[in-house]
Amino acid sequence: MGSESESVSPPVLTVEGISVWLSGRPILQDVNFRIQAGEFTGLIGSNGAGKTTLLRVILGLETPASGHVLVAGRPRSPRNPLIGYVPQKILLDPDMPLRARDLVGLGLDGHRFGMPRRSSVQKELIAEMLDAVDATSFADARVGNLSGGEQQRVLIAHALISRPRLLLLDEPLANLDIRSEQEVVELVARISAEQQIAVLISAHDMNPLLPVMDRVIYVAAGRVASGTTEEVVTTEALSLLYGHHVDVVRINERILVVAGRDTAVHHHSDFRAQWP
Amino acid sequence: MAVMAPGSLAPVFEPGFFSSSPVHVALIVGGVVAIVSGVVGTFTVMRGQSFAGHSLADIGTAGGSAAFLVGISPLYGFVAMNLIAAGVMEMIGIRRPRGRDLATGIVLGAALGLAALFLYWDTTHSSTTGATINVLFGSIFELPSSLVPVIAVFSVVATGIVLVAYRPLLLSSLSPDLAATRGVPVRLVGIGYLIALALAVSLSAVTIGAILSTALLIGPAATALRLTKRAVPAMLIAAAVGVAATWLGILLAYDSYDWLPRHQPWPVSFFVVTIVFVSYLVTHLYVGRSARHRRHPVAARVA
Repeated sequence: MGSESESVSPPVLTVEGISVWLSGRPILQDVNFRIQAGEFTGLIGSNGAGKTTLLRVILGLETPASGHVLVAGRPRSPRNPLIGYVPQKILLDPDMPLRARDLVGLGLDGHRFGMPRRSSVQKELIAEMLDAVDATSFADARVGNLSGGEQQRVLIAHALISRPRLLLLDEPLANLDIRSEQEVVELVARISAEQQIAVLISAHDMNPLLPVMDRVIYVAAGRVASGTTEEVVTTEALSLLYGHHVDVVRINERILVVAGRDTAVHHHSDFRAQWP
Repeated sequence: MAVMAPGSLAPVFEPGFFSSSPVHVALIVGGVVAIVSGVVGTFTVMRGQSFAGHSLADIGTAGGSAAFLVGISPLYGFVAMNLIAAGVMEMIGIRRPRGRDLATGIVLGAALGLAALFLYWDTTHSSTTGATINVLFGSIFELPSSLVPVIAVFSVVATGIVLVAYRPLLLSSLSPDLAATRGVPVRLVGIGYLIALALAVSLSAVTIGAILSTALLIGPAATALRLTKRAVPAMLIAAAVGVAATWLGILLAYDSYDWLPRHQPWPVSFFVVTIVFVSYLVTHLYVGRSARHRRHPVAARVA
């Protein structure tokens, strides 16, 4: 899939032959995919499939046993300003003395030593970012007192303020109510389109992402299949990926993946889940 | 405080309060230590490491009692023991949330065993309970003025670490992964913070005692976090609450000599800890009520 759509500029993200072992168990096996500028990609898979591990490899937090990651055509550096990251778990106790505005500011200079002294230009940039994610109305509230959706928006602003070309979001929709879920998806899609930022967003349920997703990377049993939803999310393709039969059911433009009873395609050990 | 004219305030300030050298040293050291505790403690509360802080204090008793045994100031024993303990806790895995309590608990148990041995020897060798009282409950009126420069150096180092690493520390408290992707040396920052914590705990152990030093570390910080939603003001408020509690505690302890017919002074630690506790309680009740009112507009907007 990636080879035919190859453009003049290198892909924003190239993942080649990534395998990861943790405590003697294979977590990811020979994972390959590319993400082009401005693409909105969903990283889909059930809990424990290896989504977070894959994101950690891309972020440089986990060292793969083999393979490599290129960001904008170059080996990734430890601190890569081209990647913006929205983690799944963040300590936001209501007692945390941190306003939404402060958290966004930390995206700008959180790695610097010394006490912060921000210029008026920087303060304006922080205000712009808060505005871009519709967070101006609660910019001065404690982050810990905000709702889950509001916190996600502030974290997105935190990630975007360093002007990344790739935005990684780890399960941003987990624990959100349906309306905030929709708001977050629309916001990320809008920013991706407006600023030509590539997005890789992990989720265990692909349905909220279906209206905006350009491509899907489906993770199951440590292997991935990537392509458009039509290519990847089919009974055949996912059965091969899982190594046992699953049914893909489409109802009212929503997709359900359910375990099937047919065991015809059991254990394809030689299967390499790639759609070139 | 020391330059105020004592005459008109005689009923509050007992005669001799401002002319007494131990009182001078106590006011200076107590104030400095309260500032360090406030600054470091704010991060201790934020990082959810209150247990580690308290454990360091308890662990320090092994060092403090050993120092007493060989005849040097317990301060050196506290600092040495706490730095070692902080290093061991870091190695066992204080970075992992689940490893943290375990690491702390294991080191704590071993150190308390040593403390029991040393305190026993202190008591039997010198045939006095002075060591135990000094180590566990502080010795703010017995500090030699020669120790003041040493305390100043430790204080500057502890506060300096927190202020210099302020932003990386804040970011890695929120999420170590997020901080790492931003290029923060998370582990180095964590170790730096543990050193600051070890020093802060050691300093308050010599003023209000190893057992009670957590009160000065956690109490003012917890009070401050109720009063402000920003980290820098929180550190300033925590320091101010700590200084006020310590100075008031010293004054009351000095005055308390005449409170009972037996003429026996009450310990400073008791007053400091009680003032810290009451100030937290009052803020908790007061802010708890008004915070509920403030939350409503936001909740209404979301719904």
